[in-house]
Amino acid sequence: MHVELRDIHKHFGPLRANDGISLTFEPGHIYGILGENGAGKSTLMKILSGYQAPTSGQILLNQQPANFASPSDALRRGVGMLYQDPLDFPPMRVIENYQLAYDNKIMLPLRQREEDLIAFGKRFGFTLDTRAYVDTMTMGERQQMELLRLLALGAELLILDEPTTGISAEQKTALFDAMRRLAQEEQKTIILVSHKLEEVQELCDEVSVLRKGKWVGSHPIPCPTAEMVRLMFGEELPRAERVSCRVEKTVLKLDKMAVHTYHLNIDNISLDIHEGEVLGLAGLEGSGQQLLIKGCAGLLPLYRGRVMLDDSPVEGQRSPFFWLPGLSGIVFSGGFAAMIVRLLLGQITGIAAAGELTLAALLAGAIWLVGTIIISWTSQSTYHAFQQRGGAYVPAERLEEALIPGLSLTEHMALATSGKSMLVNWKDAQDEIARRIQQFNIKGQPQTLVDKLSGGNQQRAMLALMKSPLRLLLLEHPTRGLDVTSANWMWELFQERLKEGTAIIFVSADLDELLERSDRIAVFSGGVMSRMVNTTDTTVDELGHMIGGGES
Amino acid sequence: MENALKRIWPAVPVILALFSTTLLIMAFGSNPILTYGAFIEGAFGTEDSVLNTLAFWIPLLLCATGLLVTFTAGLWNIGVEGQLVMGAIGASWVAIAVAGPNPSIPAWIIIPLEILAAMAAGALWAALCAVLKTRGGIHEIFGGVALNNLAVIFTNYLISNPWQPPRGGSFTKTERFLDTALIPVVGTSRFSVLSLVLVIVALVLIGLALRGSSWGLRLKAMGKNLKAAFIQGVPSEREAITGMMVAGALAGLAGAVRVLSWYDSLRQSIGGGIGFLAVLIVLLAGTQPILTAFIALVFSALLNGGTTVQLRTQLHSALSGVIQGALVLFVLLFGDYNQVFRKKSETTPVETAHE
Repeated sequence: MHVELRDIHKHFGPLRANDGISLTFEPGHIYGILGENGAGKSTLMKILSGYQAPTSGQILLNQQPANFASPSDALRRGVGMLYQDPLDFPPMRVIENYQLAYDNKIMLPLRQREEDLIAFGKRFGFTLDTRAYVDTMTMGERQQMELLRLLALGAELLILDEPTTGISAEQKTALFDAMRRLAQEEQKTIILVSHKLEEVQELCDEVSVLRKGKWVGSHPIPCPTAEMVRLMFGEELPRAERVSCRVEKTVLKLDKMAVHTYHLNIDNISLDIHEGEVLGLAGLEGSGQQLLIKGCAGLLPLYRGRVMLDDSPVEGQRSPFFWLPGLSGIVFSGGFAAMIVRLLLGQITGIAAAGELTLAALLAGAIWLVGTIIISWTSQSTYHAFQQRGGAYVPAERLEEALIPGLSLTEHMALATSGKSMLVNWKDAQDEIARRIQQFNIKGQPQTLVDKLSGGNQQRAMLALMKSPLRLLLLEHPTRGLDVTSANWMWELFQERLKEGTAIIFVSADLDELLERSDRIAVFSGGVMSRMVNTTDTTVDELGHMIGGGES
Repeated sequence: MENALKRIWPAVPVILALFSTTLLIMAFGSNPILTYGAFIEGAFGTEDSVLNTLAFWIPLLLCATGLLVTFTAGLWNIGVEGQLVMGAIGASWVAIAVAGPNPSIPAWIIIPLEILAAMAAGALWAALCAVLKTRGGIHEIFGGVALNNLAVIFTNYLISNPWQPPRGGSFTKTERFLDTALIPVVGTSRFSVLSLVLVIVALVLIGLALRGSSWGLRLKAMGKNLKAAFIQGVPSEREAITGMMVAGALAGLAGAVRVLSWYDSLRQSIGGGIGFLAVLIVLLAGTQPILTAFIALVFSALLNGGTTVQLRTQLHSALSGVIQGALVLFVLLFGDYNQVFRKKSETTPVETAHE
């Protein structure tokens, strides 16, 4: 199917998620759509698959204009989308899910459909257990099932949204083989949405790159990785002269740090950050930068290694009563053993023994409960210890993770300063926040609720709430979503902190920002951190090459 | 104009609820004016009925006061009924095991002991619910419902086994406690001055703490955004457990009041649905202490007036429950002025451009 997008615009309030995108897709080819998070790829694909309507612009299928009322309407006209999270029914069997593809009458021709599905799957090298429940299957198998369902419904254009997230290497090979055959033998049009450069290189015939809602270029494959990165992140701008505040005194030392999570591991990371120094973390979203930041802040447990802030490890306070819940196990085992002995000696009957065991269990449960309560009162989390030692963490999602909607600026101030005092001194909190509102140029009043502030003002409010002096400031995408003026103002505020000796580690997707603001840059790729490069001796090209997975 | 409407808006769901109940009363062929009159007479007609309305109001308000704390912290403490029952058991244990064999111990020692035991039992039962949540990942609603049932089963075990009356027991209650173990009541009513003082102190303290203490502010922050509160430095596990324990202690105190002055022994029906009613009250009142006290009084009056309604008209006393239910439904449906009159354009799409 010949597909054409003409001048697609999609606006969410002031945000232009898609800003005049025109693209053409020919049958029998595989196209890659590349872009960083927030570049507008998903929005564009949601428009093409009928999930949402464009603000303006046109979709042409085989030269005919199309307006989709819903995703199922789009599917009827041959546009099928494979979502990142499969749209299936986990508590049902594969065959039942597949049945839903058809316009079923009262009777379900189960056996017939089952044979169809198996034969259909074989054609693409998928072997599915048709009677398996979906919630017992891997992500890759669910994807295969979903793909067969879309094809059975007559999809001529297939959109795959980040299809290789969470599937195995073999499943990826099978998926890519199936895609190639669909394109070559059946003349389907295929679009692969991804931010993984190597996948696009491997599978696609042509790649189009989006940045900040705009189309920035298309290139036939093979295309040099550096060229793709240049398109994704932009041209190198003339760099402004930057005064470093770096002083030879270590603030943070990571010693063979490892953080393991369900999705990704980072291992064996050692580095030193000095007073007044800025370390920028580059890399595609989800390559391990966040793990480093959260591991430093104590928000993720260390799998191995140490985080040293001012020469002593960042550790929460373990309760002196940590052994109390363990005692409950001893009490129960003791009771159990005593009961067995007495039962064997014939001192008590079976009924009485059961009664005693119940009592022992109740006693053990009570000890465990009281122990847990006492521990919660006497321990401190690693993150709060980190905060107390002069660390601060600013997450990327301001209203979800950092500010409290429904609370005023004064209340935030009181929360940040109340500490151990019993009563809130509302007047002090209000005076203090009023002073900081002035200092940080926040457009708001002390009694303004934080959710009523604009994004830039929320960001400033978060900085205004931080205590002084700060030793270490961890920032995730500190200027994402801000205009140039607000971003510059943010960095002026950070500069003030740097002069006081604060060290900064920040994650950014903006290579210009990284090059302009950091002393050193480390690049993450698939959980591996590169050696650190001095900002003065590197270029956008070199960084792009490292982001794409090549060591320089 | 719009402001005036906004000011009187809270009356609208109340009027709607009364209107619909009036229709219901008429549909059953009764005179609505007579019926409402009977309610008022039943609740406030005589000195004793006023005192009994107050006597029922006290444990109800104690539970609701505790719920103010947990609702502020965003915790759905449905387990308050079970906490009340455990409080009643705690007080009964002191009355049976300490006061029973020692009739010489004076009331001024026994009663504080009973109250302390009741608050501790309620607090621990609530703490169990909180720990199941913070350590076990069990939502407090499910934990609360399960613990409610366990508390009732435990009561039934106690009154049918170890605390069974020595002779002619009917398995529905224990023996009457000694006079030294009971809270003194006024005349022939079930109202005690001590309980009234306790509930007022509790409400004032909790009201002030939620408004002006660092603790109250931390709970409020947790209720609005748990994740961000943690990032801002609130030790959320500790505060969740403490908040639940405060609510549980107040529910336990309510249990002591139930067992030591409303009744004189531990019974199967000791909870009487007071915990669930308290949840409804706090749903209606939001987190305003004065309004909570007022709505609790209205609910108590409705329940106490129900019997008189049944005597005067052919209507069943369950009509009280119907009125309460209608009130809650209408307030939840139409209570929020801004929600009812929100313009379509203000509901901006929640979709984002991020993937």
